[in-house]
Amino acid sequence: MCAMTTAALIPPETPQKRLPGDLAIWFFILAEMLAFAVFFASYAFARARNVEMFNLYQQTLDRNAGALNTFLLITGSWFVVRAVQAAHRNDQKAIPRNILLGFLCGGGFLVVKVFEYAAKFGAGISMSTNTFYMFYISLTFFHFMHVILGMVILTILWVQARKGVYGSHDAHGLESGAAYWHMVDLLWIILFPLVYVMR
Amino acid sequence: MQFKSQAVAKPYFIAAIGLFVGQILFGLILGLQYVLGDFLFPAIPFNVARMVHTNLLIVWLLFGFMGGTYYMIPEEAETELFSPKLALLMFWVFLVAGALTIVGYLAVPYATLAELTGNNLLETMGREFLEQPLPTKLGIVVVALAFLFNVTMTVLKGKKTAIATVLLIGLWGLAVFFLFSFYNPVNVVLDKFFWWWTVHLWVEGVWELILGSFLAFVLIKTTGVDREVIEKWLYVIVTLTLISGIIGTGHHYFWIGTPEYWQWWGSIFSALEPIPFFGMTVFAFNMVNRRRREHPNKAAVLWALGTGVMAFLGAGVWGFLHTLAPVNYYTHGTQITAAHGHMAFYGAYAMVNLMMISYAMPILNGRAANSNKSQVLEMWSFWLMTVAMVFITLFLTAAGILQVWLQRVSDTPLPFMVAQEKIALFYWMREWAGVMFLIGLILYITSFFYGGQEEKAA
Repeated sequence: MCAMTTAALIPPETPQKRLPGDLAIWFFILAEMLAFAVFFASYAFARARNVEMFNLYQQTLDRNAGALNTFLLITGSWFVVRAVQAAHRNDQKAIPRNILLGFLCGGGFLVVKVFEYAAKFGAGISMSTNTFYMFYISLTFFHFMHVILGMVILTILWVQARKGVYGSHDAHGLESGAAYWHMVDLLWIILFPLVYVMR
Repeated sequence: MQFKSQAVAKPYFIAAIGLFVGQILFGLILGLQYVLGDFLFPAIPFNVARMVHTNLLIVWLLFGFMGGTYYMIPEEAETELFSPKLALLMFWVFLVAGALTIVGYLAVPYATLAELTGNNLLETMGREFLEQPLPTKLGIVVVALAFLFNVTMTVLKGKKTAIATVLLIGLWGLAVFFLFSFYNPVNVVLDKFFWWWTVHLWVEGVWELILGSFLAFVLIKTTGVDREVIEKWLYVIVTLTLISGIIGTGHHYFWIGTPEYWQWWGSIFSALEPIPFFGMTVFAFNMVNRRRREHPNKAAVLWALGTGVMAFLGAGVWGFLHTLAPVNYYTHGTQITAAHGHMAFYGAYAMVNLMMISYAMPILNGRAANSNKSQVLEMWSFWLMTVAMVFITLFLTAAGILQVWLQRVSDTPLPFMVAQEKIALFYWMREWAGVMFLIGLILYITSFFYGGQEEKAA
């Protein structure tokens, strides 16, 4: 009782921290990142045991395609941020437009990736070629599937945004989807240097 | 009981417990055969006893799942069951089919049974856990489809809650993945590959959804915590289960002739499989701590907490113990697997069914909970069975470690049977723990008939 009255008398000094999006999506994101983290750690473990082989085959990867994809995903995230900002200032036209631009960036990523895969598979490379390619294909493929899932989520957000569901009154669903899209971006920002660049 | 049609759950629960007793009796016979090789030979050879032990387990768990679903779905959907008559009819079909199958296993040699039941028309027999003759397998499909039809129609005409939806996904998954028991390629690698689609994707996939859903239902009822809170937890657990469990199938693909990348995929994803089980433990304790009411059925709450903890230990910790490929290279197919299998099945699936029965049976008998005396007895049964299972697991783990050492790691590896003789002491101790388990089970059954004088009104 006493503690309650004291708490009521002292006004909070900082504004209450707010979690953007739904708590459940954050659990989902953490679970996804944990799965990738274990994968990244396994990569590091396998590489440490065979650095020369990893370095040798890393050079066969198309770093320009990787860099272009990094640019596409970061730009995509930027558009999605703009969509959330538009929702907060109730700019109904800008919300779906920015989501669509984010979606197109994701689409661009997939196209570049398909060309990259076609070149690799065309050269006869598979998951059984060696451990480096096993990790390259596994990691990028899992990420590829996440880009697709992210784009499905963006599509739902776009449909909802066009109906005017989001705005300063409620951006909960938009923020949840945006958070997931940023995770897809974040994972690539770790994956790209790790697999394509670092040696 | 809120809806009359929930009563169809009762025969399912009774049959489940009856078959559970059978499973444990055969477990004891089997345990004894580990140390006295010719015990009951030739009447009940080891391979038959083992088949009966594992098949009874599967069948009683299925009876429990169906009973639990019939009890839970009308309450969740807030409407009577679509067809209680169909549910009762299917009960008898399943019981008779199950009983005939067990009689078949015991009465004639397995090869004769295969001949008699038309295995030459479609070869599905002879695979571990899926030994059932073709007519039984078809019977399971018919019963499952009728059951799913009944339950799905009920949900469609009533309220669609998240808990019921998760349960339905789990049950439909159960039926779909059972279809792989009919696919039996000649290529042994493919055979094993798809065999796991039934076995693994059941127990480390869709069954976990059923478990989560049952647990969520009983927690809502006994703790009075808001449905939204419980549903959010359920979503998280389901997601974690699917992320880790589906590709986690790879931990069975290490040494069966599949490509090497499965060693990485299987190790990585299955290493995450303990997380949803840990989530369930935290979930159960968290909800009980935040309870808004004291439910009179304390025994059911104890089972709910117990299933979280034991599933995490048995499935999560004991599974992780040998799931990484470099470890599994040594432990594959040893008593370590048996240790994990025992505690995981008991903790996750036996206990969740016992929880559901413990919660629902008193209500089906017209009271909110059994008398205090009866519940004290039931709690004794909980501790006896659970502690016995911990001992069974520890003894088998010890046996497994020794087995791995003597048979596979040592500089002078021993042949299989010689190694088995050296670890016989642990098999004896496991057998006595098994007797303790049986006593616990007898007490569980007794508790439902005991101290009924001071009943509490429903």
